[in-house]
Amino acid sequence: MTGYLSFVLKRVVQLIGVIAAGVSASFFITHLSPINPVDQAVDRITARSGFRPDAIAELRAALTELYGTDEPLLVQFASFWGRLLQGDLGPSLIAFPTPAMDLVMRALPWTACLLVVTVLITWVVGNLLGGLAGYYQNNRFLKAFGIVTMGLQPVPYYIVAFILLIIFGFLWPVLPISGGFAMNVRMGWSWEFAFSVLQHAILPATSLVLVGIGTWFLGMRALVSNVVTEDYVTYAELAGVRPGRIVRSYVLRNAMIPQLTGLAMSLGGIFSGTVITEEVFNYPGLGSLLIDAVNGGDYGLVLAVSSVSIAAVGVAILVVDLLYPVLDPRVKAE
Amino acid sequence: MFAVLRDLIRYNIEFAVGLVLVGIIVLYACLSFFSPVDPTQIYLSIPDQPPSAQYWFGTNSRGQDMFWNLSFAFRNTLIFGLIVAAISRVISITVGLLSGYLGGWVDRVLMFINDIFVAVPSFPVLVLFYFVLRSGLNTYSLAAVMAVLGWAYDARLIRSVTLSLKHREFTLHARYSGMSTPKILLQEHLPYVMPIIFATAMANMIWSIGMEVTLAVLGFTNINIPTVGTTLYWANNHSAMVVGTWWWLVIPVVLIVITFIGLFLLAVSLNEYIDPRSRLRRMGA
Amino acid sequence: MSEDLLTVQGLQAYYQMNYFGVRREVRAVEDITMSVRRNEVYGIAGESSSGKTSFIKVLAAAIRPPLRIIEGSVRYNFDGLSVDVAQAGKAQIEAIRWRHLSYIMQGSMSVLNPVRRIGRIFEDYASRPLELTGEALRERVVAHLGRLKLGPEVLSAYPHELSGGMRQRVTIGLATVCHPQFIIADEPTTALDVVVQKEVLGLIREIQQEMGSSVVFVTHDMSVHANIADRVGIIYAGRLVEEGPTRQMFFAPKHPYTAHLVASLPRIGDTMQRPALEGRPPNLAEPPSGCRFNPRCPLAVDKCRQEAPPLETVAPDHRTACWRWRDVAPLVQPAVKLWERA
Ligand SMILES: Nc1ncnc2c1ncn2[C@@H]1O[C@H](COP(=O)(O)OP(=O)(O)OP(=O)(O)O)[C@@H](O)[C@H]1O
Ligand code: SF4
Ligand SMILES: [Mg+2]
Repeated sequence: MTGYLSFVLKRVVQLIGVIAAGVSASFFITHLSPINPVDQAVDRITARSGFRPDAIAELRAALTELYGTDEPLLVQFASFWGRLLQGDLGPSLIAFPTPAMDLVMRALPWTACLLVVTVLITWVVGNLLGGLAGYYQNNRFLKAFGIVTMGLQPVPYYIVAFILLIIFGFLWPVLPISGGFAMNVRMGWSWEFAFSVLQHAILPATSLVLVGIGTWFLGMRALVSNVVTEDYVTYAELAGVRPGRIVRSYVLRNAMIPQLTGLAMSLGGIFSGTVITEEVFNYPGLGSLLIDAVNGGDYGLVLAVSSVSIAAVGVAILVVDLLYPVLDPRVKAE
Repeated sequence: MFAVLRDLIRYNIEFAVGLVLVGIIVLYACLSFFSPVDPTQIYLSIPDQPPSAQYWFGTNSRGQDMFWNLSFAFRNTLIFGLIVAAISRVISITVGLLSGYLGGWVDRVLMFINDIFVAVPSFPVLVLFYFVLRSGLNTYSLAAVMAVLGWAYDARLIRSVTLSLKHREFTLHARYSGMSTPKILLQEHLPYVMPIIFATAMANMIWSIGMEVTLAVLGFTNINIPTVGTTLYWANNHSAMVVGTWWWLVIPVVLIVITFIGLFLLAVSLNEYIDPRSRLRRMGA
Repeated sequence: MSEDLLTVQGLQAYYQMNYFGVRREVRAVEDITMSVRRNEVYGIAGESSSGKTSFIKVLAAAIRPPLRIIEGSVRYNFDGLSVDVAQAGKAQIEAIRWRHLSYIMQGSMSVLNPVRRIGRIFEDYASRPLELTGEALRERVVAHLGRLKLGPEVLSAYPHELSGGMRQRVTIGLATVCHPQFIIADEPTTALDVVVQKEVLGLIREIQQEMGSSVVFVTHDMSVHANIADRVGIIYAGRLVEEGPTRQMFFAPKHPYTAHLVASLPRIGDTMQRPALEGRPPNLAEPPSGCRFNPRCPLAVDKCRQEAPPLETVAPDHRTACWRWRDVAPLVQPAVKLWERA
């Protein structure tokens, strides 16, 4: 158990490092740019309607104080971290004066749910089918599935989402293609709301599953066709161990281990895919929020979304990583 | 080298199909060198013409001949993918070889950085770059940023191969005969890593082109350079699907999917060729 | 009980490969005829790559592509159950496996599933042939492990938590827990240090005598054969070249290759350098014509290069495949000391 504890500790420290580095990088990317966020924000706001010059000056002063752009970079950096840790990154511009963090926290559950559900489905189903395809290499259905995934797997998230949008938006409009739930349904704990949410999640979830499943399917198929040549599988087969037991506890069980590492390593990419898919289907998650923030020139909101995204992905990776020793008893011994 | 290529084409159907698909797209992109029209000009032809003998891929609402326009778009997109692949290969080879061979604190530092790049979701970061650079984000700067984001996974792979080479006889020989570290890495280890580099380069191109398309469709790149992504951007911008100019969307999507599948098949078959275990399996077949 | 437990007739087994269109054939087992009696330990020796493992894979019905049986029969006569491995269907083989016939694989360090506890592995392997489950099975396994000097606590261990010697004893336990009549062991001691090796050999012999089973035991280490085998067969380039009672094989070999193997054994108080066998072991994809040993044989004559010698009986129980077996005696150096040591 102490082995596991020190493993957890190591991972947590690593996670904190990764998040700190990622968030700091986001800060410097935005702050080292030649563009002054205050000018940009003022331009955006004043472009919409006529403002009096003194109102503009006041706005400029307020924003300068808010962003602290007149201070040295390192001071800004320190105060950015201070505010981030308190969960306050100032008001948003696109939904002024709602705090940017509030918008982020409102969007986060949508993305998190979409992500968790699709990742689980994709990983479990993809690995299961891929594992079976690797073991029963002559099964026709699994072979056909393999060819289909070969075709789907390399297509980027955007194109798959877009194709689904065209099919179900224009050619055969049976599913909602936009939003997180129907306009005429009130948000709350009701069957109606739940049904609407599910209905709206179908297309974004499907496109995420379609793109993602191939990676696991193909990876697992390759892994299994290597694992079946291992001595412990050959030997169990020779000894007449029940085939079902061999597939489950000898083949899949061992091939699963690298796939878990694979999951941890690809969560960042999957998150990117979710962002893109959300944008296509106008899903009220972090992705749509990020795009809106960029289009609205909302400096604080962009930073808030990226920081929270990096942290969320980091935590998700940690959770997956911590499962690793549960699957592989050899790790604990270290 | 040529013998390997011939064997792959003859006995690996995935490789052959992949090569044909990618070949078609590359040929098509090369046609742009002989184009009679300038792709940046608009309203040179009658707008919204469906595919016909005169306009093979139709024309779009901006009065451009889609056949030539897409040919340029594919050229730019492929070049973009190649640049990203080339730069990111250089980074991943350097990091992978150094980390695997030197070990110790160099390895730990490089792998910590590597972990960050693996963990951080690349799309939000790219959006961040667009947010600060805006129109300053051209093909080359975008390619540079993507290369910096896209090396980590493969560096890890190269590192693990180098680790296994480090204790082999020939490395020790080279070291005792006084070969310098850079020389050992470049002359002794790089050849082993080369096949991995080809296979991962294909996968990397799929990723970078996919990202470029995505960013462009959202309008987050320079929309005046014809690429596959900007083509789709303009099609969306003119509501091609609603208006009924379906060819403006469908043809580029089909072609880019062909590109992806072709590259993917090449990557998969090269991977299989590299993996000694799958080679053994093949012997059994 | 007159019939032998295992009878092999004219067995040929080749690896047939097809890689990127290039066909390759490795003739690993070539025309082997032999038999194994009840309650005996039959040792198989030969240099690396001579086809020992390939041969006993066929005996163990562990044939996988690219290995194929080309010709011949491998017939077992268990009590009231006769099976020809070369002909039998899957169901027939399943019926004898582990119940009557078990196999200790070469490199048995890797035969234990790394993510499964030893106890579970025993359940998987032994539950069906023993027709026992739960506590009854556990008791049986614990008793058996006790014989192998392993405590019940190994049942809750993972393979990586055991030492090499313990793991080897666990695999021997797995192979013997069902009291099979026929045990096939491929170099079960090669990876172990000398002390553990002795212990494991003793265990195998003990269990064999207790259960009255027959054992086919492969190792290239002749001194191990001297210790444990009743009869020894020598394989050279896929052929059985000599076979006889262990004592005779060491004192009066009738094949130049056996003579060489015996001569190159280290002896106490011996400072003379052993003459190494010249030339390389033959390539099984293109074996030499005639007697396969002819390029390296000190006695080779023209006939050897043209015609393969048959395996003929030269003394009771003693067969050899050499045209000049009568001339082998002068090559033999006394092996007395070794014998005494064993
Ligand atoms: N799976 C395989 N595919 C192709 N050829 C094989 C395979 N396994 C063994 N061979 C070849 O068959 C020949 C006999 O090998 P085998 O393993 O039977 O030798 P061995 O006598 O057991 O050697 P060792 O003492 O090293 O275990 C060798 O030439 C080997 O290269
Ligand atoms: S047959 Fe000839 S070559 Fe073969 S072992 Fe006898 S003497 Fe030597
Ligand atoms: Mg062997």
